[in-house]
Amino acid sequence: MSPDADGVREPRERDHRDGVRSTLPLAIAVAGFGVSFGVLARAAGMGSAAPIVMSATTFAGSAQFAATSVLSTGGSVATAVVAAVLLNARYAPIGVSVAPYLTGSWWSRFIHGQLVVDESWAIASEGDGRFNPRVLLGAGLTLYIAWVAGTTLGVFFGDVIGDPSRLGLDAAFPALFLALLVPQLTSARAKQAAVLGAAIGLALTPFTPPGVPIIAASAACLLGWKR
Amino acid sequence: MTATWLVVLLVGIATIIIKAIGPILLGGRTLPPRISSLIGLLAPALLAALVAINTFGSGRSLVIDARVLGVGAAAIAIWRKAPLLLVVVIAAAVTATARAVT
Repeated sequence: MSPDADGVREPRERDHRDGVRSTLPLAIAVAGFGVSFGVLARAAGMGSAAPIVMSATTFAGSAQFAATSVLSTGGSVATAVVAAVLLNARYAPIGVSVAPYLTGSWWSRFIHGQLVVDESWAIASEGDGRFNPRVLLGAGLTLYIAWVAGTTLGVFFGDVIGDPSRLGLDAAFPALFLALLVPQLTSARAKQAAVLGAAIGLALTPFTPPGVPIIAASAACLLGWKR
Repeated sequence: MTATWLVVLLVGIATIIIKAIGPILLGGRTLPPRISSLIGLLAPALLAALVAINTFGSGRSLVIDARVLGVGAAAIAIWRKAPLLLVVVIAAAVTATARAVT
């Protein structure tokens, strides 16, 4: 038998397990951030139940950190909610991007929608604007468990664990996004959209509340407008 | 109801609705070609913005700190076709080392 017999393989379509597998390294970083959130929220006087409930229902790290920091610095409820909504506004266009690939019942589509976060969305992307719903489910569930478990650990054992940011976990996220961005850069249009998106994001950061630069960067996809 | 629980409730409801809009209203439908050609560029545009903001952003200011070294090392690892796990570990390890040294 030729040693190359198995060398040429049909590209297999990815499924749930691939979603879980490609997300596991990241789940450690997400759990670490969950711990940070738990510690911070506890220190901000949110008690122990509220941070865990928030992680289980909101499931969006940056928005939770923002709302918590507004509360802990004496801001109003309205300010905290607006900050969180601005940070999560990008999930509206992101939700539209995955919608054509969610073909199940309304509650199945609802669950898939709730499991969309930046990381699960990026991992489920097949390029060319296509998304794999099975990978999204596997990746989203893995991250959800990591996020809620991390928050719980942070709330109850934060003093013992210490601050996870000294482990450099905050750099894990841009590194992951970069690794997922590179295979997307297959056309001149995609490269232009990436450069423009990054430029919009950086240019607006000093002048707008957090969250606005990211949602504004999605305007870079207007480069794809066909007349 | 305390302010904390009110924030938890309102942010939770708002986020659930924002995430549900697309999948509930448009689930399974093919988008018009004009829209889908825009949506196809959403991933590169948003991912690039996330890379830039998570590398240089700190609240409302842009800073150059240890994260730049970590992401730079990750870029080299990506260029050398390293697996995702290694890329993420290198970024965290280089950043943590740079922080410990400085």
